[in-house]
Amino acid sequence: MENSTIISLKDIVVEFDGESVLRHINLDIRNHEFVTLLGPSGCGKTTTLRIIGGFVNPKSGDVFFDGKRINDLPPYKREVNTVFQKYALFPNLNVYENIAFGLRLKKVPDEEIRERVFEMLDLVNMRGYERRDVNLLSGGQQQRVAIARALINKPQVLLLDEPLGALDLKLRKEMQIELKKIQRETKITFIYVTHDQEEALTMSDTVIVMRDGEIQQIGTPIDIYNEPINAFVADFIGESNIIDGIMKKDYLVNFAGRDFDCVDFGFAENENVDVVIRPEDIKISEPEKGQIHGKVESIIFKGVHYEIVVIDTNGFNWKIHSTLYEEPGREVGLSVIPDDIHIMHKMAEEEK
Amino acid sequence: MTKSRYPAFPYIVFMAIFIVIPLIMVAYFAFTTNTGEFTIQNIIRVGDYVPVIIKSLFLAFVATVICLGLGYPFAYIMSRKTSNIRRTMFMLIMLPMWMNFLLRTYSWMTILENNGLLNRFLGIFGIGPFEMINTQGAVVLGMVYDYLPFMIVPLYTVMMKMDHSLVQAAQDLGADPFQVFTHVILPQTMQGIKTGITMVFVPSVSTFVISRMLGGGSELMVGDLIEMQFGSNNYNPNLGSAISLVLMIIVLICMSVMNQFDSDNIDKEGRIAI
Repeated sequence: MENSTIISLKDIVVEFDGESVLRHINLDIRNHEFVTLLGPSGCGKTTTLRIIGGFVNPKSGDVFFDGKRINDLPPYKREVNTVFQKYALFPNLNVYENIAFGLRLKKVPDEEIRERVFEMLDLVNMRGYERRDVNLLSGGQQQRVAIARALINKPQVLLLDEPLGALDLKLRKEMQIELKKIQRETKITFIYVTHDQEEALTMSDTVIVMRDGEIQQIGTPIDIYNEPINAFVADFIGESNIIDGIMKKDYLVNFAGRDFDCVDFGFAENENVDVVIRPEDIKISEPEKGQIHGKVESIIFKGVHYEIVVIDTNGFNWKIHSTLYEEPGREVGLSVIPDDIHIMHKMAEEEK
Repeated sequence: MTKSRYPAFPYIVFMAIFIVIPLIMVAYFAFTTNTGEFTIQNIIRVGDYVPVIIKSLFLAFVATVICLGLGYPFAYIMSRKTSNIRRTMFMLIMLPMWMNFLLRTYSWMTILENNGLLNRFLGIFGIGPFEMINTQGAVVLGMVYDYLPFMIVPLYTVMMKMDHSLVQAAQDLGADPFQVFTHVILPQTMQGIKTGITMVFVPSVSTFVISRMLGGGSELMVGDLIEMQFGSNNYNPNLGSAISLVLMIIVLICMSVMNQFDSDNIDKEGRIAI
């Protein structure tokens, strides 16, 4: 039961004015999970969410909810609720009535409505605000009301469309933790759309990386970060150095003018590949001790670490995160261990 | 605060001269005889015309309801179209308004007459002729035709400003199409409905051109009555003012009843059930 599939998308295609927005999306979402659809704007993540909510009809393909096909079910009959990007609270109703809206439609008795509204107000930490005019609430408070309004219907699945996009950084961090807590307490499946990779990594059980209407990779945050499937994912999730390389043979790759041992295998001999190395995996040393030689171009203080750019002898700009200061103009050596060298197939059409 | 008072000054003077003073004059005439002595005879005499006033209110009410029924869906459909189609539709609504009011009403006369266009057309099929001109129906038709744009424009304005994400939010929370209408679209367009009703009802109730031309002599309305006190040989501005005053008060009552009804609704929606 714990891991049963709640929502399935089968071969979903969506076109707007002849332009394809989703190309053959196949996706299974398990019950009680916090799933994040992550990608740059225009990748189709919001459209995927709206397919599930029933606000967009696919050109072809099927949507299954709990094993039943729901393509033709209008939004108001679906057992999912949505937290909209701009909250979409009803301006003519106060906080209490906004949250009660779904129950009022179902003609739930007043005492039960009252009990459940206050339960929700407690859940989102808004007790005491029930009589407030929603138009006078701050962004964060409106957000909480929107979440309470969606959750009071006890949906099996909650859809969240970049709900924290309009909040400032500090509030966003707080809400991330709170949303995760709410999800754990209610055990409702959350499907969360964001373009913020950090948000996705912080909150999700599963991250789905999308690009140009296609799913690139599905995995846990740790998998996605440590084992990105291609250069796009590597670049989108965290910062990366992506350099052209040639796979000489299994466990041996050539880039930056020399051969490196690596842990990857199964590529064609002399295949052109993308080599991905995280900035924090590169060590700076004395020039003679490094595998790559270069000169410090610039250094920026980022708080926890410095971001250092080193230009190697071939002219490639290496981005490196280090807690130690390096003087610009200094000759340095760079080294990286085989485990931290990630080899990826070249993507078909190149536009990274 | 003090700075913003001065620019308003010319408008306050304007309103005093052209709105407040004439109103006081109407009231003065209504409560005086033609020699200038105080009397309430004029007001009492208005009582003789109660049936005319009731009929005027009734016809204006029917015309307003029809305008709302026609105008609301039209304004909604128009507001959902692309901007090019919207502009064209808006043009078509406004176009008749550029034609002279009398001319528009006259054209209905020629259409509705006993040997007018419509009866002759029906005659081809051996139907009729019908008695269409000089009926209450013709008067209502004239009101609807002349004042429909005044209903559509304010409705269209509020509908253009309406937040359609709220419609989706309501659907998402389980509202069927009817509930979406009553819970989201109606409250958001209430201001436009109120304005539209006022803009149609008030000129309809006091019109005298439409009732004269399409109602003939038989369908006398309160507007005709007032006009007769000033325009014909039994000149009686005191009685005319009295009727105007009574009509104004009745309209004010109608409008405040409507506003009351509306704020009641909002109150019910917004009330906390504890």
